[in-house]
Amino acid sequence: MTLQFNVEGGDFARAGYASSQIKKILKEIGVDPDVIKHVVVALYEAEVNIVAHAYHGVITADIEKEGIRIVLDDAGPGIPDIPRAMERGYSTASPEVREMGFGAGMGLPNMKDNTDSLDIESVVGKGTKVTMYNKFE
Amino acid sequence: MKLSEIVRLTGGTVVCGERHIDENVDYAFASDLMSDVLTLRITDFLLITGLANVQAMRTAEMSDLKYLLFARGKQVTDDMVELADENGIMIISTPYSVFRTSGILYGAGLKPVY
Repeated sequence: MTLQFNVEGGDFARAGYASSQIKKILKEIGVDPDVIKHVVVALYEAEVNIVAHAYHGVITADIEKEGIRIVLDDAGPGIPDIPRAMERGYSTASPEVREMGFGAGMGLPNMKDNTDSLDIESVVGKGTKVTMYNKFE
Repeated sequence: MKLSEIVRLTGGTVVCGERHIDENVDYAFASDLMSDVLTLRITDFLLITGLANVQAMRTAEMSDLKYLLFARGKQVTDDMVELADENGIMIISTPYSVFRTSGILYGAGLKPVY
């Protein structure tokens, strides 16, 4: 099963909608609640990142028998230094993002902690592609 | 601790999810930083926060937590109530600050997550 969602940069009112929809489907098909929590925490952080930093993005989730692969592909400023962005506490978020309860440099580390694999490719001035995978067992 | 007791001790009001009023919760966590909340592994706790917005509701949804207490009398919008109802989340509002609320509930025996 493949699901796709568009995410608009700056649309904080809708941030989390895709994560919410994917969570509902994982519940419906009977995925373990602990696994669902890991998936949606990582996904929600990534979705908020698109809203916070990019112009727009597409989230594609492939649900297979053994696990879920989610690709978040955005058009945005890109990440100049990925290892630095992965450091806990490093953030380039705007004051607006901080007012939303994010932007403390915990998003990418949280994503890594909650996925079985996390891959980030980024081109400065073009955008970022995040691929995450979680096994169901 | 019963949710009804939490409401009483904090001079709070139940905004939605009244049906949870007789349930019990043992742990609480206070934060305005949603990424912090998202690091928690447990789900059965009360979140005390001064951040009253849709992202607090989404964070509660992703964290599977059922009880949210908004401090400092923050305005709870219709969008937030809608998300709470959709996800079976109880919202309590208190005029007290996060510090005062946390102190009262800690003193009354509600345990910290850490």
